[in-house]
Amino acid sequence: MAILVDKNTKVLFQGITGSSGSFHAKQCIAYGTQVVAGVTPNRGGETFEAEGPDGKKVLVPVFDTVAEAVKQTGADTSCIFVPPLGAADSILEAFDAELALVVCITEGIPVTDMVRVRRTIEGRKGRLIGPNCPGIITPGACKIGIMPGHIHRVGKYGVVSKSGTLTYEAVGQLTALGMGQSTCVGIGGDPVAGLDFVDVLKLFNEDPNTEGVIMIGEIGGNAEERGAEYIGKHMKKPVAGFIAGTTAPPGKRMGHAGAIISGGKGAAKDKIAALEAAGVRVAPTPSDMGTTLKSLLK
Amino acid sequence: MKIHEYQGKQIFQRYGIATPKGYPVFTAAEAEDAAKKLIDETKIPVVVVKAQIHAGGRGKGGGVKVVKGGPSEVKSVAEKLLGMQLVTHQTGPEGQKVQRLYVEQGLDIARELYLGLVVDREARRIAVMASTEGGVEIETVAEETPEKILIEHIDPVTGLGGFQARKLAYALDIGKNTPSPKDTIAEFVKLVTKLGALFEKEDCSLCEINPLVVTKDGKVVALDAKITFDDNASGRHKEWAELMDKAEEDPVELEAKDAGLSYVSLDGDIGCLVNGAGLAMSTMDIIKHEGGNPANFLDVGGGATKDQVKKAFSMILSSSKVKGIFVNIFGGIMKCDVIAEGVVAATKELGLKVPLVVRLEGTNVELGKQILKDSGLAIQPADTMSDGAKKIVAAVRAA
Repeated sequence: MAILVDKNTKVLFQGITGSSGSFHAKQCIAYGTQVVAGVTPNRGGETFEAEGPDGKKVLVPVFDTVAEAVKQTGADTSCIFVPPLGAADSILEAFDAELALVVCITEGIPVTDMVRVRRTIEGRKGRLIGPNCPGIITPGACKIGIMPGHIHRVGKYGVVSKSGTLTYEAVGQLTALGMGQSTCVGIGGDPVAGLDFVDVLKLFNEDPNTEGVIMIGEIGGNAEERGAEYIGKHMKKPVAGFIAGTTAPPGKRMGHAGAIISGGKGAAKDKIAALEAAGVRVAPTPSDMGTTLKSLLK
Repeated sequence: MKIHEYQGKQIFQRYGIATPKGYPVFTAAEAEDAAKKLIDETKIPVVVVKAQIHAGGRGKGGGVKVVKGGPSEVKSVAEKLLGMQLVTHQTGPEGQKVQRLYVEQGLDIARELYLGLVVDREARRIAVMASTEGGVEIETVAEETPEKILIEHIDPVTGLGGFQARKLAYALDIGKNTPSPKDTIAEFVKLVTKLGALFEKEDCSLCEINPLVVTKDGKVVALDAKITFDDNASGRHKEWAELMDKAEEDPVELEAKDAGLSYVSLDGDIGCLVNGAGLAMSTMDIIKHEGGNPANFLDVGGGATKDQVKKAFSMILSSSKVKGIFVNIFGGIMKCDVIAEGVVAATKELGLKVPLVVRLEGTNVELGKQILKDSGLAIQPADTMSDGAKKIVAAVRAA
C-alpha cells in the first residue's frame, strides 16, 4: 500500500518525444514504472523505445491525443513534459480524458493559465499534482517524474514537499537512517497548483502503510498554515516539518514563482509557529529532517 | 517584471481606462515643453511632475511635485528631480536614481480611492480589491483596518460580473456628492470590468491604481498605474522587451536572468551555488544558522549545462564582496560531474582567492568528486549541508 500510485499504475507521457520528456520517460521505465503510452500531436503511430529494469527493450506506442492513448492502452495517469505555454492545455486534455491522476512537471506556466485550469477541473474526479514539481514516487513500484530513483528505499514514511531538491535531501537522510518511504509527493512551488499539503496529508493519514510524514514547505502563501490546521485537528501520525526561507528578504522572488514574502504575509516564522502549535516537530536545519522524524517515533 | 507608471497608463488608455493627460520626458527641457503643451491642450494651469521609478511611495519620498507656476517652474522642478536618489519605503535606504519623469495635467480631486487586482493564491482566482482609503500605503490599511478592504473574485469562465462591479461601487459609495451619481457609478463599473480583462489578457501578476480618483465633476480617473507582469508569460508578450527599463533592474540579477539562472543579491559575504530553489533558500538559512551571512541566493536549476554552471560560478568569483564560497548540490537531474566541470572551468579563468567548500550528493557524485580532486584546487569537501555550512563560516572567519 502507498498513496496515489503503485505497481499497477498505467502511465502515459504527454510530450514524450521532447528532450526532457524522452529522457525522463526512459528513466521512469528503467525504474520499473509501467509507461504504456506517449502523446505528442502529429507523432501518432511512432514507437518510443526504452529499456526496462531488467535491461529488456520496452516499446511504447505514441498517439496524437490523450483520448486515443487512453482508449488503446487503458492508461490512468499522465505525466506532463509539455513546454510552459502549452502545458495548461495539456492538463485540460488529460482531465478531459478522465485520468485519475495528472502529474505536471513543467516549470514556468503563466499563473492566469493555472487559474483557468483550477476553475475547469473543480469538482472533477481526477487529481492534479504540480505544476513545477519533481513528481511522485512509490519506491520499488512506480516513479513518475524527475527524482533520482536510486536514493529511495521501500518503507513506511511519507514525504510531501513544495521543493524538489529538499525532497531529495529528506529522502537521502531517511534512507541513510534505514527509514524507507511509502510515497514521496512533490506538490511544487507555484502560487496556483493542484494538490496541496492538506490533500496529501489526508491521504497519508488514511494510508495504513504510512507511519510518519515529513512535510517540507517554504515562504509564500499559507498552504503550510492550512496544513498545520489539518494536522492539529486530524493527524494520527507523527509529522516532522521544515520550512525554507527563514532568512529570505521580503518582496524578492526566491526561485519559485510562489516563494515570495509580500505584504508581510508568508514569512517562515509564522509557518514554523503554526506547525509547532499543531504538534509538528520542525527541524532546525535541512540536515536534520530525517533525525527529527526519527525522534518522534516510539 | 515591473514597468513605469506612464507605461502602465499607456496600456490603460488602450483599454479605454481614463487617465489624466500626460507626457513622459527624459530631460528638464523636455519637461518644460511637455508642460507648455499640456497647459495649452487642457487649459489647466496646474501640472504634476512625477518621478518614474519602479517603487511605490513616491509621493511621500518627494518624487511627486504639484507645480502651479507654469512651464518655467516645471523645468526647475524637473532639474531637481532628474538624477536624484529617490528613497521610498519600497526602495531600500540607498534609493533609486530618477531618470525619467512623467508630466501630467492636474485634476480637481474630490475623493481618492484604492483599486488593485492580484492573484489570490488561496482562492485560486484573481481578486479585485477596493478601498475608500486611497492614496496611502494599502499594506497599512490591510493590517490595521482589514474591514476597509472590499474583495471580489473573478471567475475566469465569465470574467468579472457587472453585479460584482456594482457591489464594489455601492460599498465605496462612489457616487457620493457627485453631480450625477448614476453616471459616476456607471463609469466605475466600466473601469473595473476593463481592468479585469486587462489583467488577464496582458498577463499581469499585479495591477494597482492608488489612488483611483473621483473628480469634482464626477469622473473616475486612474491617477496612478502600477503593473507587474507575470514573467512566466513573457514568451507570449514580445512587446515586454521594449517596456523593460534595465536601469531599474539589479545588473547582477539581470545578467543571471539572461543566462537562465535564478539569482538574488543579499548583503552578506558567503557566495552560494546551489541547485533547486528550496535547497538554495535553505542553504542561505543554514549559513545564517551557523553564524555566517549569505551574499546571494543562486539556483542553477535542474537542467543547467556546464556553461551555465561556469557562468554562475564566475559571477560569484568576480563579486568583490564574496569572502568565501559554498557549493551545495543534491544532484537529481543535475549531474554532479557537470557542476564540477563548470566550477573548475570558471576557476581556471578567474582564479580562486577565497576559501571554497563543496558538498556534492546524488547523481554521478563519485565522478564529480574525482573531477574536483584532479583539478588540484584547494577545496574543502563536506559530507552534509550542515557540515559544509559550518566549514565555510569557520573558513571565512579565519581569513
